[in-house]
Amino acid sequence: MSHLDGNAAAGPLSEVFAADVTTAIVTCAGCGASGPIAAVHVYEGAGTVLRCPGCERVLLRLVRRDGGICVEMCGVRVLRWRP
Amino acid sequence: MSSVTRATDWRLATVARIAPETPRAATLTLDVPGWDGHRAGQHVDVRLTADDGYRAQRSYSIASAPNDGPPQITVVEVDGGEVSPWMVDVARDGDMFEVRGPFGGWFVWDASVTEPVLLIGGGSGLVPLMSMLRGGARARLLVSAREPDDLLYASELPPETIRTYTRHPPRGWTGYARRVDRAMLHDVHLPGARVYVCGSTPFVESVANDLVALGHDPAAIRTERFG
Repeated sequence: MSHLDGNAAAGPLSEVFAADVTTAIVTCAGCGASGPIAAVHVYEGAGTVLRCPGCERVLLRLVRRDGGICVEMCGVRVLRWRP
Repeated sequence: MSSVTRATDWRLATVARIAPETPRAATLTLDVPGWDGHRAGQHVDVRLTADDGYRAQRSYSIASAPNDGPPQITVVEVDGGEVSPWMVDVARDGDMFEVRGPFGGWFVWDASVTEPVLLIGGGSGLVPLMSMLRGGARARLLVSAREPDDLLYASELPPETIRTYTRHPPRGWTGYARRVDRAMLHDVHLPGARVYVCGSTPFVESVANDLVALGHDPAAIRTERFG
């Protein structure tokens, strides 16, 4: 399945985060790689799934259920916004 | 209660105008309630709802310049697609669908960037780059299209635009006629410049890898993949 990148997740993630997430630097809890959310791999299916471009571990999964939003982010060690 | 429109609010947009760009692409000018401008490179999310309630959502880059009135999106028809054929072949002035945005703070160009930038677009990847050019970006532009009929904004592109045709170049063409590769990037790249690359996922990954191999700082390469 072909993937998009974190730019495509800007809309859904803006429903949750107040600051623009595409510029945030994410550190993968699996391999420790860091980079902007804009550059992670994004798969759209039952929800929006962000994967580390280095090790393909799931960083974050956003799922809509019963009119609400569920965000699982056990693959994210740190999200950092530069000033 | 606040009446301020947020980017995340779905709003019912009206198609104000549709202009064909190529045999397979059209530019839609959208009247979006509460629209407050965008940054060059940003996109909107679009949501179509069928009579039976089935919904399809897509992201489309904004082609028009910032501060140039209602946003314009350019849609290229995807074979077998659910949304793009409707946009290109079926939609008419006055049709309505839901829009939210604009979104994205990474793949954007602002007028504060005064140094020349390198813009590399494959197919419809040219759309957000066009917003940057229309917004006044000083840029060198490399465009990859399958054939002249697939080249967006052909009459508006700056004459110095570097083109490559990957399938059917025009008769008598003496320019590039292959996929963007490292040798081509070596010819055209601007060492040290910020680079924006937009196109299909394989296109973007190949170009970005080649730019890094040519010595570009990965942090100065901004990419957007559309699948």
